[in-house]
Amino acid sequence: MTQLPGLLDTEAIRKDFPVLDRVVHDGRKLVYLDNAATSQKPRQVLDALSEYYERYNANVHRGVHVLAEEATALYEGARDKIAAFINAPSRDEVIFTKNASESLNLVANMLGWADEPYRVDHETEIVITEMEHHSNIVPWQLLAQRTGAKLKWFGLTDDGRLDLSNIEEIITEKTKIVSFVLVSNILGTVNPVETIIRRAQEVGALVCIDASQAAPHMPLDVQALQADFVAFTGHKMCGPTGIGVLWGRQELLEDLPPFLGGGEMIETVSMHSSTYAPAPHKFEAGTPPIAQAVGLGAAIDYLNSIGMDKILAHEHALTEYAVRRLAEVPDLRIIGPTTAEDRGAAISFTLGDIHPHDVGQVLDEQGIAVRVGHHCARPVCLRYGIPATTRASFYLYSTPAEIDALVEGLEHVRNFFG
Amino acid sequence: MYQDVILDHYKNPHGRGLRDGDAEVHHVNPTCGDEITLRVKYAGTTIEDVSYEGQGCSISQASASVLNELLVGKDLTEARQIQETFLELMQSKGRIEPDDAMEEILEDAVAFAGVSKYPARVKCALLSWMAWKDATAQALGGADAERKSA
Repeated sequence: MTQLPGLLDTEAIRKDFPVLDRVVHDGRKLVYLDNAATSQKPRQVLDALSEYYERYNANVHRGVHVLAEEATALYEGARDKIAAFINAPSRDEVIFTKNASESLNLVANMLGWADEPYRVDHETEIVITEMEHHSNIVPWQLLAQRTGAKLKWFGLTDDGRLDLSNIEEIITEKTKIVSFVLVSNILGTVNPVETIIRRAQEVGALVCIDASQAAPHMPLDVQALQADFVAFTGHKMCGPTGIGVLWGRQELLEDLPPFLGGGEMIETVSMHSSTYAPAPHKFEAGTPPIAQAVGLGAAIDYLNSIGMDKILAHEHALTEYAVRRLAEVPDLRIIGPTTAEDRGAAISFTLGDIHPHDVGQVLDEQGIAVRVGHHCARPVCLRYGIPATTRASFYLYSTPAEIDALVEGLEHVRNFFG
Repeated sequence: MYQDVILDHYKNPHGRGLRDGDAEVHHVNPTCGDEITLRVKYAGTTIEDVSYEGQGCSISQASASVLNELLVGKDLTEARQIQETFLELMQSKGRIEPDDAMEEILEDAVAFAGVSKYPARVKCALLSWMAWKDATAQALGGADAERKSA
């Protein structure tokens, strides 16, 4: 078995993830390499979900009975865990959403309805990048279309990095918001946050960071990042689906208007007008995803018990090994950085002329689960002149043996279509 | 799923390349990015040519090749019967085992029966057939248009 410095004790960790024991297609051992799409869930999270429903289920923030109070304590306790996990100065800066897409749409809508000095209108500009997930493109396109604001973006270099050579022309005095991804879901690139934030601060623009592919894989410190908003989702970090997070700086959350209206987000309501609850509740209309928040809290406990710095080191070692092994496969072209430097554990590639759907299907027949397609980042495929890619992505339970299985599987794919 | 017949058509496609036509359509499969540009040429109601250019997975490309082989030279009525039979097979979720009668109609296209078990890939197999149906409706005008079901 391949030993690499920095690897976690995956034998022990894998025992926590029941689904990893599955065999598929007549006895093939599952090799799950689609972690950038969603992670698997440890027993501890599954238990937290069933325990919540079996013992505590009630609606939160209303009712004076025991279950309502306990459910509220669990839901708000999850908020505390998340605040600590991202080093938020205040728990009131953590807004629960249903996923990262909703978090990003929430920011776009706050700014679209805001008063000065935050308001995005026809005289202002919005800046994104060409490597964004569609969830950090489309909300800004909608905002630009609805307000007349101009949408601008950073292009990409041939080796899969942001081209910041024209940063002063892209981010200008007109820029109201710069929204970009911390770790690309398709290229794996880790972006230079500081350079972008420094320029945004010079011109007084707000900064929103999509940390969907960062929060699961590395220590995340919103104070160190110095952004104004940070969005991520629970299901990619061992939590359940249906729960996402938006962190925002407190004074902004106080100033900015709500987006969704409804129960729970109000202070008083009359037939003529309403006043709103303070953040974060101002942005959490309706019954929230309570069990899912509790499940995400359990996921964070689980990740903390292993240590985010150790998870980062594990994935870095795996990524180094994977780029080295993949380089041995003839006709394989990595789309994105070809070394593990400033790179996350999602590796996209093409394999000669073989279409990624065929690659994915033949790998699946061998029990290897990868993602194929444009990964909701079609502009990246257009930029590199490819219709789609195959993507392998790793997590804390991934092993070098699984990378070996992938490389062998790709050899089989080549022979099959060769 | 990957029958030899499918791989043969993928590696050696029939009638690939764009030639003269009465109508041209461009169809895409947004889930995987398969694309096809397809032209039809009619002599009365006889299909004189189906020419195409595209990119995509082996299933989508092989299916276009089989379509060309099956439909060129056929009368529209017969071609429609073939198209409908292929559609029925592809929507069968693997429940139809092609019998002799179906095999006589579909010839090489029965090789796609296995693909119908994979919902994500059915659209790949149907891409060129839907494009052909659309192009035919455009070429032959309103009376024959069945775009609403295309």
